[in-house]
Amino acid sequence: MYEIRNLRLSFPDMAHKPLFGAPPQIEILKGLSFDIPKGVVLGIVGGSGSGKSTLGRAMLRLLEPSSGTIRFDGTDITHLSEPELRPLRRRFQMIFQDPMSSLNPRRQVHGLIAGPLRLHGMEDVTGRVSRALDMVGLPQNFATRYPHELSGGQRQRVGIARALALEPDFILADEIVSGLDVSSQAQVLNLLSQLVDELRMTLAFISHDLSVIRRLCTRVLVLHHGKIVEQAETAALFDAPAADYTRELLAAIPLPDPYQEWA
Amino acid sequence: MGARLWLSGTWLGLLALAALFAPWVAPHDPLAQDLFLGRLPPFWMDGAEPGYWLGTDSLGRDVLSRMIHGARIALMVALIAGTLTCLIGATLGVLAGFYRGWSDRIISRLVDIWMAFPPVLFAILLIAVLGPGLLSIILAIVIIDWTRFARVIRAETLSQGAMDYVASAQVAGRTRFSTMIAEILPNILPTVIALLTLEMGIAVIVEAILSFVNLSISTDSPTWGGMIAEGRTSVHQAWWVLVFPLFTLFLTVLSFSQLGEGLKDRFDPVLR
Repeated sequence: MYEIRNLRLSFPDMAHKPLFGAPPQIEILKGLSFDIPKGVVLGIVGGSGSGKSTLGRAMLRLLEPSSGTIRFDGTDITHLSEPELRPLRRRFQMIFQDPMSSLNPRRQVHGLIAGPLRLHGMEDVTGRVSRALDMVGLPQNFATRYPHELSGGQRQRVGIARALALEPDFILADEIVSGLDVSSQAQVLNLLSQLVDELRMTLAFISHDLSVIRRLCTRVLVLHHGKIVEQAETAALFDAPAADYTRELLAAIPLPDPYQEWA
Repeated sequence: MGARLWLSGTWLGLLALAALFAPWVAPHDPLAQDLFLGRLPPFWMDGAEPGYWLGTDSLGRDVLSRMIHGARIALMVALIAGTLTCLIGATLGVLAGFYRGWSDRIISRLVDIWMAFPPVLFAILLIAVLGPGLLSIILAIVIIDWTRFARVIRAETLSQGAMDYVASAQVAGRTRFSTMIAEILPNILPTVIALLTLEMGIAVIVEAILSFVNLSISTDSPTWGGMIAEGRTSVHQAWWVLVFPLFTLFLTVLSFSQLGEGLKDRFDPVLR
Protein backbone atom coordinates (compact mmCIF):
# COMPACT_ATOMS: atom_id res chain seq x y z
CA MET A 1 0.00 0.00 0.00
CA TYR A 2 2.72 2.45 1.02
CA GLU A 3 6.34 2.36 -0.12
CA ILE A 4 8.46 5.01 1.52
CA ARG A 5 12.08 5.48 0.51
CA ASN A 6 14.68 7.72 2.12
CA LEU A 7 12.06 10.22 3.25
CA ARG A 8 13.44 13.52 4.49
CA LEU A 9 11.55 16.55 5.71
CA SER A 10 12.83 19.81 7.14
CA PHE A 11 11.29 22.98 8.47
CA PRO A 12 12.85 26.46 8.36
CA ASP A 13 14.16 27.44 11.79
CA MET A 14 12.73 30.95 12.14
CA ALA A 15 14.27 31.39 15.61
CA HIS A 16 17.75 31.38 14.08
CA LYS A 17 16.95 33.27 10.90
CA PRO A 18 19.68 35.81 10.08
CA LEU A 19 18.58 39.42 9.54
CA PHE A 20 18.93 38.97 5.80
CA GLY A 21 18.82 35.72 3.91
CA ALA A 22 17.18 32.37 4.34
CA PRO A 23 16.67 30.73 7.74
CA PRO A 24 18.58 27.49 8.49
CA GLN A 25 16.64 24.22 8.10
CA ILE A 26 15.87 21.81 10.93
CA GLU A 27 15.62 18.25 9.69
CA ILE A 28 12.71 16.42 11.35
CA LEU A 29 12.70 13.20 9.31
CA LYS A 30 16.18 11.94 8.50
CA GLY A 31 15.85 9.43 5.71
CA LEU A 32 13.11 6.93 6.54
CA SER A 33 12.48 3.82 4.44
CA PHE A 34 9.70 1.34 5.15
CA ASP A 35 6.70 -0.38 3.54
CA ILE A 36 3.14 -0.82 4.69
CA PRO A 37 1.79 -3.86 2.84
CA LYS A 38 -1.95 -4.24 2.32
CA GLY A 39 -3.80 -5.51 5.39
CA VAL A 40 -1.04 -4.66 7.84
CA VAL A 41 -1.66 -2.69 11.01
CA LEU A 42 1.57 -0.79 11.56
CA GLY A 43 2.33 0.81 14.89
CA ILE A 44 4.54 3.88 14.76
CA VAL A 45 5.98 4.54 18.21
CA GLY A 46 8.35 7.15 19.54
CA GLY A 47 8.73 9.82 22.18
CA SER A 48 7.66 13.41 21.71
CA GLY A 49 9.82 15.13 19.13
CA SER A 50 10.64 11.83 17.44
CA GLY A 51 8.86 13.01 14.27
CA LYS A 52 6.04 10.47 14.32
CA SER A 53 3.25 13.00 13.75
CA THR A 54 5.30 14.76 11.06
CA LEU A 55 5.78 11.39 9.36
CA GLY A 56 2.01 10.82 9.49
CA ARG A 57 1.25 14.23 8.02
CA ALA A 58 3.83 13.70 5.28
CA MET A 59 2.28 10.33 4.39
CA LEU A 60 -1.09 12.02 3.93
CA ARG A 61 0.64 14.86 2.08
CA LEU A 62 -0.48 17.52 4.51
CA LEU A 63 3.24 18.33 4.43
CA GLU A 64 5.57 18.12 1.45
CA PRO A 65 8.79 16.12 1.96
CA SER A 66 12.10 17.77 1.10
CA SER A 67 13.44 14.62 -0.57
CA GLY A 68 12.83 10.91 -0.93
CA THR A 69 9.69 9.27 -2.32
CA ILE A 70 6.28 8.26 -1.02
CA ARG A 71 4.41 5.80 -3.18
CA PHE A 72 0.78 5.12 -2.42
CA ASP A 73 -0.60 2.06 -4.20
CA GLY A 74 2.01 2.47 -6.93
CA THR A 75 1.50 6.21 -7.45
CA ASP A 76 4.31 8.59 -6.54
CA ILE A 77 2.58 11.23 -4.39
CA THR A 78 5.73 12.85 -3.00
CA HIS A 79 5.42 16.14 -4.83
CA LEU A 80 1.89 16.05 -6.28
CA SER A 81 0.08 19.40 -6.14
CA GLU A 82 -3.12 19.76 -4.13
CA PRO A 83 -5.44 19.59 -7.20
CA GLU A 84 -3.62 16.45 -8.38
CA LEU A 85 -3.94 14.91 -4.91
CA ARG A 86 -7.64 15.69 -4.51
CA PRO A 87 -9.04 12.68 -6.45
CA LEU A 88 -6.69 10.40 -4.47
CA ARG A 89 -7.56 11.85 -1.10
CA ARG A 90 -10.65 9.70 -0.56
CA ARG A 91 -8.36 6.65 -0.49
CA PHE A 92 -6.14 7.69 2.43
CA GLN A 93 -7.87 9.09 5.46
CA MET A 94 -6.86 10.24 8.90
CA ILE A 95 -8.25 10.17 12.42
CA PHE A 96 -6.93 13.09 14.44
CA GLN A 97 -5.62 13.22 17.98
CA ASP A 98 -8.02 15.83 19.35
CA PRO A 99 -11.57 15.50 18.04
CA MET A 100 -12.55 18.76 19.75
CA SER A 101 -10.21 20.50 17.31
CA SER A 102 -10.67 18.26 14.27
CA LEU A 103 -14.49 18.36 14.25
CA ASN A 104 -15.82 21.74 13.14
CA PRO A 105 -17.81 22.98 16.18
CA ARG A 106 -20.46 24.51 13.92
CA ARG A 107 -21.47 21.33 12.17
CA GLN A 108 -23.73 18.59 13.41
CA VAL A 109 -22.49 15.02 13.38
CA HIS A 110 -24.42 14.29 10.18
CA GLY A 111 -22.81 17.21 8.36
CA LEU A 112 -19.36 16.27 9.66
CA ILE A 113 -19.59 12.78 8.17
CA ALA A 114 -21.59 13.74 5.05
CA GLY A 115 -19.37 16.67 4.01
CA PRO A 116 -16.40 14.60 2.74
CA LEU A 117 -18.81 12.13 1.05
CA ARG A 118 -20.42 14.97 -0.91
CA LEU A 119 -17.02 16.38 -1.84
CA HIS A 120 -16.13 13.10 -3.51
CA GLY A 121 -19.54 12.82 -5.17
CA MET A 122 -20.44 9.56 -3.43
CA GLU A 123 -23.96 8.26 -3.78
CA ASP A 124 -26.45 7.48 -1.01
CA VAL A 125 -24.91 9.94 1.44
CA THR A 126 -27.63 9.53 4.09
CA GLY A 127 -27.35 5.74 3.99
CA ARG A 128 -23.58 5.86 4.28
CA VAL A 129 -23.74 8.25 7.23
CA SER A 130 -26.15 6.02 9.10
CA ARG A 131 -24.08 2.89 8.37
CA ALA A 132 -20.93 4.69 9.56
CA LEU A 133 -22.69 5.63 12.82
CA ASP A 134 -23.73 1.98 13.23
CA MET A 135 -20.18 0.77 12.65
CA VAL A 136 -18.76 2.93 15.43
CA GLY A 137 -21.65 2.14 17.75
CA LEU A 138 -23.28 5.55 17.92
CA PRO A 139 -27.10 5.81 17.99
CA GLN A 140 -28.71 7.31 14.88
CA ASN A 141 -30.19 10.28 16.77
CA PHE A 142 -26.64 11.55 17.39
CA ALA A 143 -26.69 12.77 13.78
CA THR A 144 -28.24 16.06 14.86
CA ARG A 145 -25.86 16.71 17.75
CA TYR A 146 -23.01 19.18 17.80
CA PRO A 147 -19.52 17.96 18.82
CA HIS A 148 -19.61 19.83 22.15
CA GLU A 149 -22.74 17.89 23.10
CA LEU A 150 -20.80 14.61 22.98
CA SER A 151 -18.35 13.01 25.41
CA GLY A 152 -14.68 12.65 24.49
CA GLY A 153 -15.04 8.99 23.53
CA GLN A 154 -18.16 9.66 21.46
CA ARG A 155 -16.40 12.52 19.67
CA GLN A 156 -13.52 10.26 18.73
CA ARG A 157 -16.05 7.74 17.41
CA VAL A 158 -17.40 10.47 15.12
CA GLY A 159 -13.81 11.04 13.92
CA ILE A 160 -13.50 7.32 13.17
CA ALA A 161 -16.91 7.25 11.44
CA ARG A 162 -15.93 10.19 9.26
CA ALA A 163 -12.80 8.39 8.06
CA LEU A 164 -14.58 5.03 7.59
CA ALA A 165 -17.53 6.46 5.64
CA LEU A 166 -15.28 7.24 2.68
CA GLU A 167 -14.29 3.54 2.48
CA PRO A 168 -10.61 4.41 2.24
CA ASP A 169 -7.83 1.93 1.45
CA PHE A 170 -5.67 3.28 4.24
CA ILE A 171 -6.30 5.04 7.55
CA LEU A 172 -3.79 6.89 9.67
CA ALA A 173 -4.68 7.15 13.35
CA ASP A 174 -2.57 9.82 15.05
CA GLU A 175 -2.52 9.38 18.86
CA ILE A 176 -6.27 8.92 18.78
CA VAL A 177 -6.64 7.71 22.36
CA SER A 178 -4.11 9.87 24.16
CA GLY A 179 -6.68 12.59 24.91
CA LEU A 180 -9.23 10.18 26.38
CA ASP A 181 -9.76 8.83 29.89
CA VAL A 182 -8.77 5.21 30.50
CA SER A 183 -12.20 3.62 30.06
CA SER A 184 -12.93 5.53 26.83
CA GLN A 185 -9.44 4.59 25.65
CA ALA A 186 -10.26 0.92 26.11
CA GLN A 187 -13.60 1.31 24.33
CA VAL A 188 -12.13 3.14 21.35
CA LEU A 189 -9.27 0.61 21.08
CA ASN A 190 -11.70 -2.32 21.24
CA LEU A 191 -13.80 -0.69 18.54
CA LEU A 192 -10.76 -0.11 16.35
CA SER A 193 -9.41 -3.66 16.69
CA GLN A 194 -12.88 -5.03 15.92
CA LEU A 195 -13.10 -2.80 12.80
CA VAL A 196 -9.62 -3.85 11.73
CA ASP A 197 -10.73 -7.49 11.84
CA GLU A 198 -14.08 -6.90 10.11
CA LEU A 199 -12.91 -4.59 7.35
CA ARG A 200 -9.34 -5.92 6.91
CA MET A 201 -8.13 -2.35 7.05
CA THR A 202 -4.63 -1.18 6.33
CA LEU A 203 -3.86 1.07 9.24
CA ALA A 204 -0.98 3.07 10.63
CA PHE A 205 -1.37 3.72 14.32
CA ILE A 206 0.81 6.44 15.79
CA SER A 207 1.30 6.34 19.55
CA HIS A 208 3.82 7.03 22.27
CA ASP A 209 2.50 4.09 24.25
CA LEU A 210 3.80 0.60 23.40
CA SER A 211 1.12 -1.16 25.44
CA VAL A 212 -1.55 0.33 23.17
CA ILE A 213 0.45 -0.70 20.07
CA ARG A 214 0.78 -4.23 21.38
CA ARG A 215 -2.98 -4.75 21.45
CA LEU A 216 -3.62 -3.54 17.94
CA CYS A 217 -0.65 -3.78 15.62
CA THR A 218 0.94 -6.55 13.63
CA ARG A 219 4.18 -4.66 12.95
CA VAL A 220 5.94 -1.93 14.87
CA LEU A 221 8.24 0.84 13.73
CA VAL A 222 10.23 2.60 16.45
CA LEU A 223 11.17 6.20 15.71
CA HIS A 224 13.80 8.18 17.59
CA HIS A 225 15.03 11.66 16.64
CA GLY A 226 13.68 11.33 13.10
CA LYS A 227 15.28 7.94 12.40
CA ILE A 228 13.94 4.40 12.43
CA VAL A 229 15.79 2.58 15.20
CA GLU A 230 13.91 -0.68 14.88
CA GLN A 231 11.14 -2.29 12.85
CA ALA A 232 9.84 -5.74 13.64
CA GLU A 233 6.78 -7.92 14.07
CA THR A 234 5.01 -6.97 17.29
CA ALA A 235 5.62 -10.29 19.04
CA ALA A 236 9.32 -10.30 18.10
CA LEU A 237 9.75 -6.74 19.29
CA PHE A 238 8.26 -7.47 22.70
CA ASP A 239 10.21 -10.74 23.08
CA ALA A 240 13.61 -9.50 22.00
CA PRO A 241 13.93 -5.75 21.48
CA ALA A 242 17.03 -5.03 19.40
CA ALA A 243 17.58 -1.33 19.97
CA ASP A 244 18.42 0.33 23.28
CA TYR A 245 15.72 2.93 22.74
CA THR A 246 13.09 0.20 22.29
CA ARG A 247 14.19 -1.35 25.58
CA GLU A 248 13.77 2.02 27.27
CA LEU A 249 10.26 2.34 25.85
CA LEU A 250 9.40 -1.18 27.00
CA ALA A 251 10.73 -0.46 30.48
CA ALA A 252 8.42 2.58 30.64
CA ILE A 253 5.27 0.45 30.41
CA PRO A 254 3.76 0.14 33.88
CA LEU A 255 3.13 -3.52 34.70
CA PRO A 256 0.48 -4.56 37.20
CA ASP A 257 2.21 -5.79 40.35
CA PRO A 258 0.52 -8.88 41.79
CA TYR A 259 2.25 -8.54 45.15
CA GLN A 260 1.22 -4.97 45.80
CA GLU A 261 -1.03 -4.43 48.79
CA TRP A 262 -3.23 -1.43 49.43
CA ALA A 263 -1.85 0.38 52.43
CA MET B 1 -29.31 36.01 29.63
CA GLY B 2 -31.54 37.44 26.92
CA ALA B 3 -32.18 40.62 28.90
CA ARG B 4 -29.50 42.74 27.32
CA LEU B 5 -30.40 41.50 23.86
CA TRP B 6 -34.04 42.50 24.39
CA LEU B 7 -33.32 45.81 26.11
CA SER B 8 -30.82 46.95 23.51
CA GLY B 9 -32.94 45.58 20.68
CA THR B 10 -36.02 47.42 21.94
CA TRP B 11 -34.22 50.74 22.27
CA LEU B 12 -32.64 50.46 18.81
CA GLY B 13 -35.94 49.30 17.34
CA LEU B 14 -37.80 52.31 18.78
CA LEU B 15 -35.06 54.59 17.54
CA ALA B 16 -35.21 53.06 14.07
CA LEU B 17 -39.00 53.47 13.93
CA ALA B 18 -38.75 57.08 15.09
CA ALA B 19 -36.07 57.77 12.48
CA LEU B 20 -38.01 56.06 9.71
CA PHE B 21 -41.24 57.94 10.40
CA ALA B 22 -39.62 61.12 11.70
CA PRO B 23 -41.84 63.57 9.76
CA TRP B 24 -44.97 61.97 11.28
CA VAL B 25 -43.59 61.20 14.74
CA ALA B 26 -41.89 64.50 15.48
CA PRO B 27 -44.36 66.93 17.07
CA HIS B 28 -42.79 70.00 15.41
CA ASP B 29 -40.74 71.02 12.41
CA PRO B 30 -37.15 70.53 13.66
CA LEU B 31 -36.01 73.70 11.91
CA ALA B 32 -38.94 75.98 12.86
CA GLN B 33 -37.62 78.85 14.95
CA ASP B 34 -39.72 80.94 17.31
CA LEU B 35 -37.77 83.39 19.41
CA PHE B 36 -40.74 83.90 21.72
CA LEU B 37 -40.52 80.24 22.68
CA GLY B 38 -36.74 80.16 23.24
CA ARG B 39 -35.23 78.03 26.01
CA LEU B 40 -38.47 76.48 27.19
CA PRO B 41 -37.78 73.87 29.89
CA PRO B 42 -38.92 70.21 29.62
CA PHE B 43 -42.51 69.34 30.52
CA TRP B 44 -42.17 68.69 34.25
CA MET B 45 -40.56 72.04 35.07
CA ASP B 46 -42.19 75.42 35.73
CA GLY B 47 -42.67 77.50 32.63
CA ALA B 48 -42.96 74.53 30.28
CA GLU B 49 -45.16 74.96 27.24
CA PRO B 50 -47.54 72.06 26.36
CA GLY B 51 -46.42 70.22 23.21
CA TYR B 52 -42.72 70.94 23.74
CA TRP B 53 -41.98 67.81 25.77
CA LEU B 54 -38.25 68.15 26.11
CA GLY B 55 -38.12 71.94 25.87
CA THR B 56 -36.65 74.17 23.18
CA ASP B 57 -33.22 75.56 22.39
CA SER B 58 -32.17 79.21 22.33
CA LEU B 59 -33.75 79.70 18.88
CA GLY B 60 -37.02 78.15 20.02
CA ARG B 61 -36.60 74.87 18.11
CA ASP B 62 -38.20 71.77 19.65
CA VAL B 63 -35.50 69.55 21.23
CA LEU B 64 -37.47 66.31 20.90
CA SER B 65 -38.20 66.87 17.20
CA ARG B 66 -34.58 67.70 16.49
CA MET B 67 -33.44 64.56 18.29
CA ILE B 68 -35.86 62.41 16.30
CA HIS B 69 -34.61 63.88 13.04
CA GLY B 70 -31.02 63.58 14.27
CA ALA B 71 -31.61 59.86 14.77
CA ARG B 72 -32.04 59.54 10.98
CA ILE B 73 -28.51 60.72 10.32
CA ALA B 74 -27.06 58.79 13.25
CA LEU B 75 -28.64 55.49 12.26
CA MET B 76 -27.94 55.95 8.56
CA VAL B 77 -24.26 56.54 9.31
CA ALA B 78 -24.24 53.61 11.76
CA LEU B 79 -25.76 51.14 9.30
CA ILE B 80 -24.00 52.15 6.09
CA ALA B 81 -20.58 53.03 7.51
CA GLY B 82 -20.64 50.09 9.94
CA THR B 83 -21.53 47.55 7.26
CA LEU B 84 -19.04 48.87 4.69
CA THR B 85 -16.24 49.02 7.26
CA CYS B 86 -17.04 45.48 8.33
CA LEU B 87 -17.13 44.12 4.77
CA ILE B 88 -13.81 45.69 3.76
CA GLY B 89 -11.93 45.11 7.02
CA ALA B 90 -13.20 41.58 7.66
CA THR B 91 -12.49 40.48 4.08
CA LEU B 92 -8.91 41.73 4.27
CA GLY B 93 -8.50 40.22 7.74
CA VAL B 94 -9.71 36.78 6.64
CA LEU B 95 -7.50 36.84 3.53
CA ALA B 96 -4.43 37.83 5.57
CA GLY B 97 -5.11 35.30 8.33
CA PHE B 98 -6.02 32.39 6.08
CA TYR B 99 -3.58 32.67 3.18
CA ARG B 100 -0.76 34.20 5.30
CA GLY B 101 2.44 34.65 3.21
CA TRP B 102 2.71 37.78 1.10
CA SER B 103 -0.98 38.74 1.33
CA ASP B 104 -0.61 38.81 5.12
CA ARG B 105 2.61 40.82 4.92
CA ILE B 106 1.05 43.48 2.68
CA ILE B 107 -2.22 43.77 4.61
CA SER B 108 -0.59 43.73 8.06
CA ARG B 109 2.01 46.39 7.15
CA LEU B 110 -0.78 48.54 5.68
CA VAL B 111 -2.74 48.20 8.93
CA ASP B 112 0.34 49.14 10.98
CA ILE B 113 0.93 52.26 8.91
CA TRP B 114 -2.77 53.17 8.90
CA MET B 115 -3.06 52.87 12.67
CA ALA B 116 -0.15 55.23 13.24
CA PHE B 117 -2.35 58.18 12.15
CA PRO B 118 -4.31 59.83 14.97
CA PRO B 119 -7.89 58.86 14.00
CA VAL B 120 -9.78 62.05 14.90
CA LEU B 121 -7.27 64.29 13.14
CA PHE B 122 -7.30 61.91 10.20
CA ALA B 123 -11.09 62.20 10.02
CA ILE B 124 -11.03 65.99 10.21
CA LEU B 125 -8.37 66.07 7.48
CA LEU B 126 -10.41 63.74 5.29
CA ILE B 127 -13.60 65.80 5.68
CA ALA B 128 -11.63 68.94 4.88
CA VAL B 129 -10.48 67.31 1.64
CA LEU B 130 -13.75 65.55 0.75
CA GLY B 131 -15.97 68.45 1.83
CA PRO B 132 -18.72 68.14 4.44
CA GLY B 133 -21.72 65.92 3.79
CA LEU B 134 -23.24 62.57 4.73
CA LEU B 135 -21.22 60.70 2.11
CA SER B 136 -17.96 62.20 3.36
CA ILE B 137 -18.67 61.14 6.94
CA ILE B 138 -19.40 57.60 5.85
CA LEU B 139 -16.27 57.50 3.69
CA ALA B 140 -14.12 58.91 6.48
CA ILE B 141 -15.35 56.26 8.95
CA VAL B 142 -14.76 53.45 6.47
CA ILE B 143 -11.30 54.70 5.52
CA ILE B 144 -10.22 55.07 9.14
CA ASP B 145 -11.83 52.12 10.86
CA TRP B 146 -11.39 49.15 8.49
CA THR B 147 -8.11 48.45 10.32
CA ARG B 148 -9.99 47.58 13.51
CA PHE B 149 -11.74 44.71 11.70
CA ALA B 150 -8.72 43.66 9.69
CA ARG B 151 -6.57 43.25 12.79
CA VAL B 152 -9.05 41.41 15.01
CA ILE B 153 -10.42 39.18 12.26
CA ARG B 154 -6.91 38.31 11.06
CA ALA B 155 -5.96 37.14 14.56
CA GLU B 156 -9.19 35.17 14.89
CA THR B 157 -8.70 33.57 11.46
CA LEU B 158 -5.10 32.66 12.33
CA SER B 159 -6.18 30.84 15.46
CA GLN B 160 -9.02 29.06 13.66
CA GLY B 161 -6.66 28.13 10.82
CA ALA B 162 -4.45 26.24 13.27
CA MET B 163 -7.36 24.01 14.30
CA ASP B 164 -7.34 20.43 13.05
CA TYR B 165 -10.71 20.81 11.34
CA VAL B 166 -8.86 22.79 8.68
CA ALA B 167 -6.33 19.97 8.19
CA SER B 168 -9.22 17.55 8.23
CA ALA B 169 -10.94 19.51 5.43
CA GLN B 170 -7.73 19.12 3.41
CA VAL B 171 -7.69 15.38 4.11
CA ALA B 172 -11.28 15.27 2.88
CA GLY B 173 -10.22 17.00 -0.35
CA ARG B 174 -11.80 20.40 0.15
CA THR B 175 -10.22 23.26 -1.80
CA ARG B 176 -8.47 26.04 0.11
CA PHE B 177 -11.06 28.65 -0.89
CA SER B 178 -13.96 26.41 0.03
CA THR B 179 -12.31 25.66 3.38
CA MET B 180 -12.09 29.38 4.08
CA ILE B 181 -15.75 29.99 3.18
CA ALA B 182 -17.41 26.83 4.48
CA GLU B 183 -15.26 25.87 7.48
CA ILE B 184 -13.57 28.98 8.87
CA LEU B 185 -16.10 31.72 8.12
CA PRO B 186 -18.93 30.22 10.21
CA ASN B 187 -16.53 30.05 13.15
CA ILE B 188 -15.49 33.70 13.00
CA LEU B 189 -19.00 35.02 12.26
CA PRO B 190 -19.90 35.62 15.94
CA THR B 191 -16.79 37.79 16.31
CA VAL B 192 -17.64 39.63 13.09
CA ILE B 193 -21.18 40.35 14.31
CA ALA B 194 -19.99 41.57 17.71
CA LEU B 195 -17.44 43.83 16.01
CA LEU B 196 -20.01 45.05 13.49
CA THR B 197 -22.43 46.31 16.11
CA LEU B 198 -19.54 47.78 18.09
CA GLU B 199 -18.47 49.59 14.94
CA MET B 200 -22.02 50.90 14.45
CA GLY B 201 -21.79 52.43 17.91
CA ILE B 202 -18.40 53.91 17.09
CA ALA B 203 -19.79 55.31 13.81
CA VAL B 204 -22.51 57.10 15.80
CA ILE B 205 -19.84 58.60 18.08
CA VAL B 206 -17.61 59.65 15.18
CA GLU B 207 -20.55 61.29 13.44
CA ALA B 208 -21.36 63.13 16.69
CA ILE B 209 -17.73 64.25 17.10
CA LEU B 210 -17.60 65.54 13.54
CA SER B 211 -20.91 67.32 14.00
CA PHE B 212 -19.62 68.72 17.27
CA VAL B 213 -16.66 70.33 15.52
CA ASN B 214 -19.04 71.46 12.78
CA LEU B 215 -17.53 69.24 10.10
CA SER B 216 -20.57 67.08 9.62
CA ILE B 217 -23.41 67.88 7.27
CA SER B 218 -24.95 71.31 6.76
CA THR B 219 -26.48 73.02 9.80
CA ASP B 220 -29.92 72.64 8.18
CA SER B 221 -30.08 69.00 9.22
CA PRO B 222 -30.25 68.48 12.95
CA THR B 223 -27.65 66.05 14.33
CA TRP B 224 -27.01 64.88 17.90
CA GLY B 225 -23.44 66.13 17.79
CA GLY B 226 -24.57 69.51 16.48
CA MET B 227 -27.18 69.76 19.25
CA ILE B 228 -24.56 68.91 21.86
CA ALA B 229 -22.29 71.62 20.46
CA GLU B 230 -25.11 74.20 20.54
CA GLY B 231 -26.24 73.08 23.96
CA ARG B 232 -22.74 73.45 25.36
CA THR B 233 -22.78 77.22 24.85
CA SER B 234 -25.94 77.63 26.95
CA VAL B 235 -25.55 74.77 29.39
CA HIS B 236 -26.10 77.02 32.43
CA GLN B 237 -29.34 78.52 31.11
CA ALA B 238 -30.79 75.50 29.26
CA TRP B 239 -29.06 72.23 30.28
CA TRP B 240 -31.70 70.15 28.48
CA VAL B 241 -30.43 71.11 25.04
CA LEU B 242 -27.14 69.38 25.90
CA VAL B 243 -28.24 66.58 28.22
CA PHE B 244 -31.03 64.91 26.20
CA PRO B 245 -29.06 64.33 22.98
CA LEU B 246 -26.02 63.32 25.02
CA PHE B 247 -28.02 60.74 26.96
CA THR B 248 -29.62 59.43 23.75
CA LEU B 249 -26.18 59.11 22.18
CA PHE B 250 -24.92 57.25 25.23
CA LEU B 251 -27.89 54.84 25.26
CA THR B 252 -27.58 54.18 21.53
CA VAL B 253 -23.86 53.40 21.58
CA LEU B 254 -24.31 51.19 24.65
CA SER B 255 -27.22 49.39 22.98
CA PHE B 256 -25.17 48.66 19.86
CA SER B 257 -22.37 47.03 21.81
CA GLN B 258 -24.79 45.07 24.01
CA LEU B 259 -26.74 43.94 20.96
CA GLY B 260 -23.53 42.53 19.50
CA GLU B 261 -22.65 40.62 22.66
CA GLY B 262 -26.21 39.35 22.94
CA LEU B 263 -26.29 38.15 19.33
CA LYS B 264 -22.89 36.50 19.72
CA ASP B 265 -24.09 34.48 22.72
CA ARG B 266 -27.33 33.64 20.98
CA PHE B 267 -25.85 32.27 17.77
CA ASP B 268 -22.86 30.44 19.19
CA PRO B 269 -23.78 26.74 19.43
CA VAL B 270 -20.96 26.16 21.92
CA LEU B 271 -22.05 28.90 24.30
CA ARG B 272 -25.76 28.34 23.83
